[in-house]
Amino acid sequence: MEIDFGTTNRVIGIDLGTTNSLAAFMDLTGPKIIPGADGDQLVPSVVSINPRQPNRDREGAGAFASGEIVVGNAARELLLTQPERTVYSVKRLMGRGLEDIQEELKLFPFHIAPGSEAVLQLQLGDRTYTPPEISAFVLRQLKQNAEAYFGELVTQAVITVPAYFNDAQRQATKDAGRIAGLEVLRLVNEPTAASLAYGLDKRENGIVAVYDLGGGTFDISILKLHDGIFEVLATNGDTHLGGDDIDNLLLRIALEDVRSEWGEDLSTDSEGVQRLRRAVIQAKEQISFVPFTAIELEYHGKKYQREINRELFDKLITPIVNRTLGPCRDCIQDAGVTVDQIDEVVMVGGSTRIPLVLSAVEALFRTKPHTELNPDEVVALGAAVQAGILSGEVQDKLLLDVTPLSLGIEIMGGVVSKLIHRNSTIPASATETFTTGVDGQRNVLIHVVQGERELVKDNRSLARFDLKDIDPLPAGLARIEVRFLIDANGILNVTARDVRTGAEQSMDVKPSYGLTDEQVEKMIQESVEKAEQDFAERQVREARVEADTILAAVEKARRHDAYFELSDAERADIDKAINELLLVYHSDQHNLIKQKIEQLNQVTLKLAENMMKGTKL
Amino acid sequence: MTEYFELLGIPRSLHLSLDLLQQRYYELSRQLHPDRFMRSPEAERQKALDLSSTLNDAYRTLKNPLKRAMYVLSQEGFDVGEQRSKDVPPELLEEVFELNMALEEMRAGDDSARPQLESAEKNFTRMLSDVDRQLEDLFEQYDRAQSREKLSEIRGVLNRRKYIQNLVDEVHKSLVPSP
Repeated sequence: MEIDFGTTNRVIGIDLGTTNSLAAFMDLTGPKIIPGADGDQLVPSVVSINPRQPNRDREGAGAFASGEIVVGNAARELLLTQPERTVYSVKRLMGRGLEDIQEELKLFPFHIAPGSEAVLQLQLGDRTYTPPEISAFVLRQLKQNAEAYFGELVTQAVITVPAYFNDAQRQATKDAGRIAGLEVLRLVNEPTAASLAYGLDKRENGIVAVYDLGGGTFDISILKLHDGIFEVLATNGDTHLGGDDIDNLLLRIALEDVRSEWGEDLSTDSEGVQRLRRAVIQAKEQISFVPFTAIELEYHGKKYQREINRELFDKLITPIVNRTLGPCRDCIQDAGVTVDQIDEVVMVGGSTRIPLVLSAVEALFRTKPHTELNPDEVVALGAAVQAGILSGEVQDKLLLDVTPLSLGIEIMGGVVSKLIHRNSTIPASATETFTTGVDGQRNVLIHVVQGERELVKDNRSLARFDLKDIDPLPAGLARIEVRFLIDANGILNVTARDVRTGAEQSMDVKPSYGLTDEQVEKMIQESVEKAEQDFAERQVREARVEADTILAAVEKARRHDAYFELSDAERADIDKAINELLLVYHSDQHNLIKQKIEQLNQVTLKLAENMMKGTKL
Repeated sequence: MTEYFELLGIPRSLHLSLDLLQQRYYELSRQLHPDRFMRSPEAERQKALDLSSTLNDAYRTLKNPLKRAMYVLSQEGFDVGEQRSKDVPPELLEEVFELNMALEEMRAGDDSARPQLESAEKNFTRMLSDVDRQLEDLFEQYDRAQSREKLSEIRGVLNRRKYIQNLVDEVHKSLVPSP
């Protein structure tokens, strides 16, 4: 498919976060955040589905209609009242399989649908969704916000991912974009994006470390800056370490307290847990700015309060903060630099507001970290800069990123042969020639893994490539050249060629995790249909709200003196129009409702005019 | 396959200016990186992807003196496979024999071998820097004459270096057990 950059084709930058997501764009003066419909810049990465009700009455025309998908702040409220229909932190599940997430399931109220062995499915009420589909709801919200802001269609985006995301997690993110109706021009690593935002008015040359501790992931990247080139020297991290872990730690303590104080196990009460979780998060956010605070909960007439001071908080979270330091040291070593050579350290992600995190980073790097830019926004701003680079608006900057994990293939004895080493600049490629081991062999199976360990079983299986329909030849005579290429998104592309004939070698690809192309296509199809259905429902709802307004106004006007000044015929026309509007009110055709609203408008024009005259007198 | 020196536009030599290499790499990256071809037709974008991945591979290879030498050796038809570095250099036979015994004791949980291993680590690390100086000289000599004999000599020293490096790594691993 060819990308057409028309004049109106705007590329937005999106930070698809564990806790919050936001979008930004490149303005003439630099990157800017796109505000949401509710005026908030952050869209909480929370998705809720309202239950479907067979009979929709007039009251149903209010806030949220049945079966509707709610995203962001509104969904976060629904986390309290319909927790079993609401999901948060879904980023933790992106590109993962059922066996990987057993630990997460102990800590997060994910409702895994039956039959999730092949592809992970979440149960939200009576519907099931894969993690990319849930993420797509968040992306679609951001897309709509951008469209409302610009008053034009937005179809292309740069989306950020944790630098330490593996191939499957990246692919899942790209799938989410496609399902949301966005062409994902590039996946950018979050710390590198942040450096682009920071680099705008900073030093021209030097070594910079970006420490990114978000809601669910941790990344450290070390870059060399040189006249607009941002060359990543090394990256490291943990895709399951972040503010969520602190929340869960405090939540466990609070649950234990409640158990002993109230004699109640709140952990089995999902609303209770969510209320307590919110109280815990509030206390966590406060303690970064005040020396002491309290976790407070009032629930079903009972009160719980636990005071927390900075000292205790620091002591509790020290193990979590320390888990970030090992990857930092490894990264410095891999980058081939010493601590003294690092000129600047940039802090990214909401969790870097915690004073202990700041002081730990300052101690390790022996320099005061930068915190000038809002750590929640800097990644989205950087994504917008990258969007500007891709659209040609930004000419002087170029990002040279690396692959975070080594890529290898399985060889004899379950051992890994590394083809592309971690921290290689991408795009990176490797070529291997394969042959057959048995006379007349038609297939060769290549198992590709990602990771640093020596044995296949200790690494992450990425995909199995089945080279098929090989010409039947004596063993060892067939020669198939396979090219492994990691593109600028950090995603693997494999092509194969028969060396003897020069023809392209056909193969089947079985990703170990995640969705096949066909599955994504099907989801896109469904989401388009659902979006159309949702759109139609929204129009009907809006028409009904409009009808409510005019009906109420006319009802009031009928008690006004001006009404009695109308002729009998004029009054009869109004009654007729009201009746006709009420008749179509419950239909699902917004055009009809609109038409009757207009009719009522027409026949009440004189009434309205007379009323206006009356008020002037 | 595009020749690495040619792609980067620098003379083929075992010694080179890293500043110039970086400068050329950055210039070419600005021209060839896929970011620059987003509006281009599919075929051109594919070409940019291929070329920039080759450019990255070339830079990675040439900026490291050992990888650079291995690359030149393989370009000149020398076998630089892994197995060649597994033969013990004759002059090290005795030391390696003793070292292996100490390593075995250490692995069996006998900490009394620690001082011996620590001194071996120091010893072999010193040997590494000696080898590196020797390589420096050889690289310079090769760059002057570019003879096959010199390359053959360099290959011998590289194998020896690889062998010693493996020893250092192994001793280091036994002293600082991985978590």
